[in-house]
Amino acid sequence: MYELMIQHPLVAALVALVGLALVFGAVLGFAAIKFHVEGDPIVDQIDKLLPQTQCGQCGYPGCRPYAQAIANGDAINKCPPGGQPTINALAALLDVEAPTLDEEHGVESDVKKVAYIREDECIGCTKCIQACPVDAILGAAKQMHTVIVSECTGCDLCVEPCPVDCIDMVPVPQGIAEWKWDMPAPTAEQLKALRASDIIATDRGERAA
Amino acid sequence: MALMKLTSPHAHAAQNTAAVMRLVLLATLPGLLALTAFFGWGSLINILIAGTVAVGLEALVMNLRSRPVMFYLSDYSALVTAVLLGLSLPPLAPWWVVVIGTGFAILIAKHLYGGLGYNPFNPAMVGYVVLLISFPVQMTAWPAPLLLYPEGVATPGFWESLQVVFPLLSPDNVDAVTAATPLDTFKHNSGLLVAQLYEKDPLFSRASLAGLGWEWVNLGFLAGGCFLLVRRVFTWHAPVAMLTSLALCAALFYDSGSSASHGSPLMHLLSGGTMLGAFFIITDPVTSATSNRGRLVYGALIGILIFIIRSWGSYPDAVAFSVLLMNFAAPLIDNYTLPRTYGHQKPRRATEKKE
Amino acid sequence: MRKIWDLIGGVHPPENKHQSVQQSIGTLPLPEKLVIPLNQHIGAPPKVLVNEGDYVLKGQALAEPNGMVSVGVHAPTSGTITGISDYPIPHPSGMSARCITLIPDRLDQWIDHSGVADYLSYSPAKLLEMIREAGIAGLGGAGFPSAVKLSARKPISTLIINGTECEPYITADDMLMREHPAEIVEGIKILAYLLGNPEEILIGIEDNKPEAYEALQPLLAGSNIELVEFPTRYPSGGEKQLIQILTGKEVPSGGLPADIGIVCQNVGTTHAIQRAICHGEPLISRVTTVTGRACTINRNYQILIGTPISHLLKHNGYDHNHCARLIMGGPMMGFTLTDTDIPVIKTTNCILAPSTEELPAPPPAQPCIRCGLCAEACPASLLPQQLFWYAQSQNYERLEAHNLFDCIECGACSYVCPSSIPLVQYYRAAKGDIRRQNQEKIKSDRARARFEFQQARKEKEEAEKVAKREARKLAAEKARALAAEQPGSAPGPDDIVKAAMARAAQQKASPEEQRARLERGVARAESHLQTVEHRLQTAQQEDSEQHLEQAKAAVEDARLRLEDARRKLAELGTVQDSAASNVMARIQASPGEAQEKKIASLKERIALTQQKIAEADDEGLKTALQSGLDKQLAKLQEAEQQLTETPAAAESPAPAATVDAAAAAIARAQARAASMSNMSEEDKLRESIISLEGRIEKAKAKLDEAKASESEHVDALQTGLDRLQQKLLSEREKCTAFAGQAQAPCAPQQPSTAESAVEPQPQDAASAAIARAQARASELANMSEQDKLQETVSSLQSRLKKARVKLRDAEAEGSEHVDVLRTAAEKLQTKLAAAEQQLAEYQS
Repeated sequence: MYELMIQHPLVAALVALVGLALVFGAVLGFAAIKFHVEGDPIVDQIDKLLPQTQCGQCGYPGCRPYAQAIANGDAINKCPPGGQPTINALAALLDVEAPTLDEEHGVESDVKKVAYIREDECIGCTKCIQACPVDAILGAAKQMHTVIVSECTGCDLCVEPCPVDCIDMVPVPQGIAEWKWDMPAPTAEQLKALRASDIIATDRGERAA
Repeated sequence: MALMKLTSPHAHAAQNTAAVMRLVLLATLPGLLALTAFFGWGSLINILIAGTVAVGLEALVMNLRSRPVMFYLSDYSALVTAVLLGLSLPPLAPWWVVVIGTGFAILIAKHLYGGLGYNPFNPAMVGYVVLLISFPVQMTAWPAPLLLYPEGVATPGFWESLQVVFPLLSPDNVDAVTAATPLDTFKHNSGLLVAQLYEKDPLFSRASLAGLGWEWVNLGFLAGGCFLLVRRVFTWHAPVAMLTSLALCAALFYDSGSSASHGSPLMHLLSGGTMLGAFFIITDPVTSATSNRGRLVYGALIGILIFIIRSWGSYPDAVAFSVLLMNFAAPLIDNYTLPRTYGHQKPRRATEKKE
Repeated sequence: MRKIWDLIGGVHPPENKHQSVQQSIGTLPLPEKLVIPLNQHIGAPPKVLVNEGDYVLKGQALAEPNGMVSVGVHAPTSGTITGISDYPIPHPSGMSARCITLIPDRLDQWIDHSGVADYLSYSPAKLLEMIREAGIAGLGGAGFPSAVKLSARKPISTLIINGTECEPYITADDMLMREHPAEIVEGIKILAYLLGNPEEILIGIEDNKPEAYEALQPLLAGSNIELVEFPTRYPSGGEKQLIQILTGKEVPSGGLPADIGIVCQNVGTTHAIQRAICHGEPLISRVTTVTGRACTINRNYQILIGTPISHLLKHNGYDHNHCARLIMGGPMMGFTLTDTDIPVIKTTNCILAPSTEELPAPPPAQPCIRCGLCAEACPASLLPQQLFWYAQSQNYERLEAHNLFDCIECGACSYVCPSSIPLVQYYRAAKGDIRRQNQEKIKSDRARARFEFQQARKEKEEAEKVAKREARKLAAEKARALAAEQPGSAPGPDDIVKAAMARAAQQKASPEEQRARLERGVARAESHLQTVEHRLQTAQQEDSEQHLEQAKAAVEDARLRLEDARRKLAELGTVQDSAASNVMARIQASPGEAQEKKIASLKERIALTQQKIAEADDEGLKTALQSGLDKQLAKLQEAEQQLTETPAAAESPAPAATVDAAAAAIARAQARAASMSNMSEEDKLRESIISLEGRIEKAKAKLDEAKASESEHVDALQTGLDRLQQKLLSEREKCTAFAGQAQAPCAPQQPSTAESAVEPQPQDAASAAIARAQARASELANMSEQDKLQETVSSLQSRLKKARVKLRDAEAEGSEHVDVLRTAAEKLQTKLAAAEQQLAEYQS
């Protein structure tokens, strides 16, 4: 055997390579099974970051389809309800540069809104009920409809189908319970304000300018 | 008077950043005095050049960034950087070396990263390392202590020193007398026992602790550091950890004074930039680790790195390299050294997800 | 001496407490009005008990707790409620909330109230209820309902009374301890009793309040209450910090002191509880410090809850020109007020009006140099500089990893920050953002669940639709395949049998019901008749032409309906009366006899009808009766014919017993089934002709009626009738055309081979019907072409007879339809002849 190896280096090399391949293959295969990570598929992770308004402003019929599209390489800046925070979160997740919101799909609104049906004008056509992606409108044919405010995502998909235009998007009232402190103004802005008021008297050059 | 809407607390302690920086500047004085006394006017000239350039550049950058110039200059941070760089450069270094170093420190190491508070690396050390790599000749030409000037050579006065720094001022090209530093001596020592070296070399034989001049410079910085500690400008953790680890390493490799010895712990503690580094460089809060535990680790690792580079690297002193390397590591250290918060069983990690 | 643990971090701000302790706790005159916010505590707002305009007495409840974590509010003095509306309340936001406005009547009249002499004789639950009813919430600052805090579910080993008051300037608790130590000690004893006498009872007090210490110390002799003094350092008065200083234990993150067996109460709350239990007084006033250099008088006052702050300031020489901010609470944790009309509430321990020099506006923030002074000062061992860093970049994940929510917002970090960064504001804003984000996360998760559910539901609906469509398609294919296998018998005989059975059963099952229904119908018709008659009378009185016409028509209509209903009832009666005898008769009776009987009954009815006609004076009624008579006559003829045929049929094993109603139904079913199974285009036409004839007849009757009453609808009816007649004509033409084309089917002759297996079961009408139907079905299945032809012939014969009768009638009346009818009769005759010929051909 040894002799054979010595005399035929090609055979020796082949044997060695096959042996190595077998050993490492076994190790890798074992590792793949043993240390298999049952991670969230990327679509789920993206879907978790989306605001779930199901508004379709991104051009997909709901958040999950858009998540799927992002996973397949679509742009991450098509979600106006989520706005920049969502884009930033998606960018962090996907490890890409965070773009600004694509204005084509709408603008980010600071104020959270919910749909409100002017109930005495409602004719009970159920069109809005069919349009609502989260079943947040209550009513029956020929009966007055109303919005379950706590379930409304403010997607405004119900506004357009209403034949009598009795649905408004009203801002969610911000009471004392919802109030919170704002972040302090950034230092630069604070300084600009100060400069305008000439508090830094020693800053002559700046004042002259 | 209209009532303001402000967040609590409404009371503030009087200390501000400018006061902190002024204290730091004040604390460098003993070291600067020692440097001037033993090595001439060089360091003072360095500081003057570096300070002017730093303040000028800071003002320029603030103007370019359309920020209130005086507001930012009044925090003295640029001046502190300049002074620290000036103290670490060899006295009597050519003026352009100082200017380039300061420019690099202020423009690139500090403002390109966003200015004060945002720089990941210690600006003074970045400037120093850039100079050390780019101009090794100028950077390793350390003048001889005034006491060791050869017979017949006059020690340079302030004007002569200026002539050395600004060669244009001198028609006949005055040169400084240079000499090996204690660390150089140990690095190039071959065959002599430590005891023999101490006997033979006037640098050691005429010194009382570690090296003529150097021991006093380092003691000066130690004094300044202690002053800052007392004034609670920084905590003891990083300096003590660094000095301890450096001394321990030196003791470990002292090799009972054989010819292969890298020098005694005392020699290491009191030569080169050890004390300047320990109290003025690694305590720079911006670039160091944030928690006290983190600072212990950070300081200790710097001490070890200093010893390693001094002993086995190609540069005789290593504070700048060690500090920069550990600046890299500071965020990692921070991640693992969060303090245990009140009400928690054990410390968490900074990158930990929700419980 | 007790071991005292060190406070981690902390700061030493200038105390500034001496100004306000120079004078004892004072009182102020009643303000013009009191504004009492409903929600002065943490938890749900209480339920209002009073209305605008009500007169209330001092101590009367204005609102009661609404839910577990809630406390009520009480009238601080007697007076009139003038409003329940939104009003600015003490809150950092400066926003408004629901408040009750009370105008004092200056009588200060108490409501009946009494305390408990010996609280030990009451159960802790009862005492807790009293505390709850007294509206006591923590007076230290947070305002957590005390009753909830004291009803701990875990065993309590340590009760801590917080007399620390570490905030600068505030001396309310200090003065309370100095002036009311006995009440506080009694309050502590009540608390201890409520908590099941904990092993340790500690009063924590900072060493800057020696007077309070001296006041309390002598009262504690002989009790197990321990007064612990420790070095002054802010924020040692924080609940968590005080617990750490006194016991060395830490409240777990996100937990409560009760989790480690500790309950902490403020001295002010303790005092309020003592007043509530021992004197029955609700919480309507509190000690509040009014201080700051913008006020000339710095002092503590016993202030009624709801007193506007402007009232306090007015009595303390407030100079608004020297005050840039008005703070409720201390300088470290208090919040600024932007309106001096804001009222004092249960948690207001201090009103601080500093001069601008005293607390200058914060300088602009410089960049953070991460000096770490904040981390040194932090009592929770956080890294404020890192928190600031991440708050700025809104890195919420890192903020939570750095335990942002363990921050107690004490302000020590901001206090020491050399760059004067408003760190606490960053943390508050970040906390708010994270809370909001978490809420949105919950909402978005719910939205996702709802959306997915909707999707699933829609898919399911779609799938069900598809499945149904598939099933229908499959069934249709199956039926087609079956039809292809059995040509000529589209609805299987079995089906006919089943249908007949079902109908028979239905009819059989409900003779009583039917009767009842008919009777009801009669009654209804009668009452209706009465109504319309009454209306007719009224119309006559009113002499209104149009109304009279209408009323008359209505009466006529009603009468007809009544007739009809009565007739139906009579018919049913006949059927049912005869049913029993029929059954008996049927047992032996030959079909011939049955037929005879039927004929007899028909004859009887015809006679009755004729009599009615004679009696009837009304034209419309006459017509109707006449048509009914015609029908009866036709039936009679049919019956007679059947009787003549019966001898032959009687030999067949399935004799007919047609008297029974059920049997009649079966016969109809048979006829229909037969016609359906063999119905040619011609037959269909014939059918439609018959129905058209019926309709024409009805239309005629209506028209006559209309003519009689000279109604305006005559023309319309005439047109309708014409159209019907036209249609009838065209149908008839088609029919004759068909008859001409009709070819004789060339099936081989198959004599009727009726089965003898089925015996008649006449006892039971239903089973008889079933048997008949089955027999008929089998007959049908085997029916030869010849038989069919015979049937056709006989049917044609009967129709011809009918037509002749009609023709005769028409001739008698001189109707214009005589011609038409005559043509029809002739055509029928031709057809009959043709059919007979066919039959003859067949037989030959």
